[in-house]
Amino acid sequence: MKFHRFTGLLVAGLILAAVSVADAQVATGSTTDPRAGLKAGKFDAGVASKGMTLLATATRADTFVNSATSPRSLSYINSDFVFRGNYLYQGNFSGFQIWDISNPASPVRITTFFCTTDQGDPSIWGNLLFISDENGRGRVDCGSQGISDTVSKDRAKGVRIFDVSDPRNPRQITVAQTCRGTHTHTLVPDPKDKNIVYIWGQGSSNVRSLTELAGCAGAPYAGDSAEQFRRIEVIRVPLDHPENWSLASQPHIFEGIGPRPPSHGNPPGDTTAGRGGRGLGAVPPAAPLAAAPPAGGRGGSRAAGGPNQCHDITVYPALNLAAGACASYGILLDITDPVHPKTLQAVTDSNFALWHSATFSNDGSKLLFTDEWGGGTSPRCRSIDPLTWGGDVVFDLKNKHLTQGAFYKMPAAQTDMENCVAHNGGLVPVPGRDILVQGWYQGGISIVDFSDAKHPFEIAYFDRGPINADTAYTGGSWGAYYYNGHVYSSEIFRGLDILNLTPTEFLSQNELDAAALVHYDQLNPQTQPKIVWPAGFPIVKAYLDQIVRGTELPTQRTTAIAASIAKAEGLSGGKQRSALNSLAAHLTADAAKSKNKKRVTAMAAAARDLAKAAK
Amino acid sequence: MKTPPLTRILVAVMVCAAVGSGAAPRAAVAQGAEAYTRGDVEFMQGMIHHHAQALLMAAMSASHGGSAKVQLLSKKITLSQRDEIGMMRVWLQYRKQEVPDTAPHSMTMPGMPDMDMDTRMPGMLNVQQMKQLDGVRGVAFDRLFLTGMIGHHKGALKMVADLIAAPPSGQESEIFRFISDVDSDQRAEIGAMQQLLYNLPGSTTP
Repeated sequence: MKFHRFTGLLVAGLILAAVSVADAQVATGSTTDPRAGLKAGKFDAGVASKGMTLLATATRADTFVNSATSPRSLSYINSDFVFRGNYLYQGNFSGFQIWDISNPASPVRITTFFCTTDQGDPSIWGNLLFISDENGRGRVDCGSQGISDTVSKDRAKGVRIFDVSDPRNPRQITVAQTCRGTHTHTLVPDPKDKNIVYIWGQGSSNVRSLTELAGCAGAPYAGDSAEQFRRIEVIRVPLDHPENWSLASQPHIFEGIGPRPPSHGNPPGDTTAGRGGRGLGAVPPAAPLAAAPPAGGRGGSRAAGGPNQCHDITVYPALNLAAGACASYGILLDITDPVHPKTLQAVTDSNFALWHSATFSNDGSKLLFTDEWGGGTSPRCRSIDPLTWGGDVVFDLKNKHLTQGAFYKMPAAQTDMENCVAHNGGLVPVPGRDILVQGWYQGGISIVDFSDAKHPFEIAYFDRGPINADTAYTGGSWGAYYYNGHVYSSEIFRGLDILNLTPTEFLSQNELDAAALVHYDQLNPQTQPKIVWPAGFPIVKAYLDQIVRGTELPTQRTTAIAASIAKAEGLSGGKQRSALNSLAAHLTADAAKSKNKKRVTAMAAAARDLAKAAK
Repeated sequence: MKTPPLTRILVAVMVCAAVGSGAAPRAAVAQGAEAYTRGDVEFMQGMIHHHAQALLMAAMSASHGGSAKVQLLSKKITLSQRDEIGMMRVWLQYRKQEVPDTAPHSMTMPGMPDMDMDTRMPGMLNVQQMKQLDGVRGVAFDRLFLTGMIGHHKGALKMVADLIAAPPSGQESEIFRFISDVDSDQRAEIGAMQQLLYNLPGSTTP
């Protein structure tokens, strides 16, 4: 009898074919969304979009396209982006490309640098470009022939440092070698010394041999307790002499984090119990970290089953905080001293498979983590995949403490042929709201408003059909970022996409104009800049649009405010200043009666800033 | 139709693990970064069997009274590893390497020889262990399932570690990405399973 039930399952052919996993209680991707069922095609796929239009698209360099001997090869695919001035630096598993984006409608590739370097995660600082390398085939000389020896002086595994002062002739200066290489890295400027940046290296590959690099123990299997599995690497780079890089520290940020017996006092159940969705099971928050040894010290212990690597870390230097997405934990760090980060809190949720990356809200009141369930090459947005798996989760952040809110996942069902899961993104600088533009691989680009951690919702999207209807290519948006007025998306397979945002009921033209006032000289998305808006009428108008949208003041007041703004805009000098100060005073009075006092007060401040700027 | 005993099915699964590597090249067969090795091919073939057993185990949790959380974990394992089997099959097919057959019909073919325990991939349960798992229900199932699956996942980590310790195996782009994902995903799931074990009635240690 016991056997019968089990073997019956087999006979029914359920095992590999059609185990039904989408039970009634678990919400999954929508099959009626306009993004579901788009026509496949490399460059002529069907497109569905809302609130975004494609301005320009450009393919990968021919050398990358033509080098692949297998259509599914990952050796020549694009990875992440960074920006500086009018240049966009696009990582690739075989090097990088530099684009001139002076005219976003017509990007020009000015350099293709060939260098086998999985996964080519980039950062830019001044004239230095940093590129991650983790695969044991990576060579110091950038060659693609691989390395057969277990120990080799030719192996590059760490962070490559390039001089890009002449963007048409980049030159590799050196390779900062590390034990596990770096899957991603994060650039942290020294708070005092402008000549120093730190590169936090996040290694997740195997540990190389001690013979190849001093200080690395060729860890045996099950050797997770080995030193290399308990730390990240902090590489110190003097900007005037990058060849003199050094290992500044190896902080033990995982100490004390791991599954623990319930008897230790943590409540059972996920941190999200009853809110975002059902969890697999109790994975309580980490032990009180006060008991952990000082970060950066030696001799502490990492709990069995705890994290042994970070996939990525986002730093927010203006707040002295960082968010580590580390295996099955999200970790909040104090980075007042970037060489010795201190772990403040670890959070977990069993809906999450692989904590992947993080973005703070600009005011630091929220933190959004992503889950790269399946690693990015798997289709995890199908109509059978739960919306609580492989998406984002938003936390409230108050007094350096995280409280879990809700999940968000790109809501449209994708096919088996589309690799899809949450991936990289960055803030769209709309004042008064927290908005993230994010790549979802072949799930396209999705823009989510996470102003309320308990109710994130989608406000715009852009998606193409699968690259191929019958073959699972790895493609789609690796990361999507807003930079100086446009959205840029790194298309893994197809190349580079540049998009315009267009107004919808969720995002007004004034809000878009306000975002466009923000100018970055340089943008490394994982080194999050503090956004400061200049004075401008679009800022004031954007706030008013938000107040109207949320009926946060009576209609007669918003109508009168709109008239006041229009009148002030037609004035100049002292008259404009006094009109705006008068508006600000009225708004301050309005704020007390509004259900969103914070927003109306912020609008009053924006009006006052504008008054100061009146000419 | 007379359903065959579990043992017979498992024998077939194990035997399939042992065949199919004969056609694999000894040396790298393509140029440069696209090269792959016989070790890569054997790894993919072996991992298909390894994953197939995980699917068998996961399928039992609903019928054997596994708790809601163990059933949900089983769904996650099923969704994850079923995809990965598909990816591994395509990888092998594209390189004209033998793809192990794990379809149910092959598991019920008569006349399979006795199982050779040495062909089991690391962490896989043997026939006796699968019988034990099949013979329990409820909390006892949860405990045995979690213990078995933790060992099973650790076996996958060992397979990955063994592969990458022998360069240039483990360096081809798809393989490297895949083993990195297996390593990350299964480590994370081990943590979740250890916590589930902790939470079982009467548990004090994982």
